[in-house]
Amino acid sequence: MSSEHREHGRRDDRGGRQGGGGGGRRFIRARKSCRFCADKVDYIDYKDGRLLGSYIPERGKILPRRISGTCAPHQRMLATAIKRARNAAILPFTLD
Amino acid sequence: MRVYEVLFIVAPNIEESDIDTLVTQLSDVATNQGARIAKIDRMGRRRLAYPIGKFNDGHYVVFTVEGSGAEIAELERRMRVTDAVIRYITIRIDEDLKRAEKFRARRAAHAAASAGSRRGGRRAEPVLPIGDEEEGEEEAEV
Repeated sequence: MSSEHREHGRRDDRGGRQGGGGGGRRFIRARKSCRFCADKVDYIDYKDGRLLGSYIPERGKILPRRISGTCAPHQRMLATAIKRARNAAILPFTLD
Repeated sequence: MRVYEVLFIVAPNIEESDIDTLVTQLSDVATNQGARIAKIDRMGRRRLAYPIGKFNDGHYVVFTVEGSGAEIAELERRMRVTDAVIRYITIRIDEDLKRAEKFRARRAAHAAASAGSRRGGRRAEPVLPIGDEEEGEEEAEV
């Protein structure tokens, strides 16, 4: 029975890197929070390649906010900044 | 009045001194049209994220221009015909800056208001600071 439980948990847990603690409570996970809100960022500069680079995974796509936990207003700013940075050759359009 | 950020990339095979003359040339173009160059930022030589033409790196230069917008057209035309400029991007930033200012003001007001009744922020600040003090600290952070 317990092994069945655990299997369930694993399937639902796709994407999440940190596995939950106990066997039974599989849905409880720490709430991801917006890094830009925590840092009180009002404007995301497209020239800051290092910051933006942390939001583009291997493929060069924009990291969705369901993964990063970024809030909607900041995700919009971030997306705009990343698109500008791509045109300025600060970030790549694609990575392989 | 509008504020623009004009970024352009100069080809890596251009001499440092030639870049200087190019930068002054382009800023003169803008000022002659009636704009004001608020800031010139030479970001230096950087690797490009992807090759442009046959170049893998370039010198980044950023102008912050205050003007009506007509100057930008002339500036862009000049950059288009200049072979040394391999890429240029103009972005209007006054609205973004205004929005950022608004957020900052609202946060400052919020902090001041909550300092009276409740404990200030969620962050672990050992002792509750006086209203002015907190505002000052916030500005330093931003």
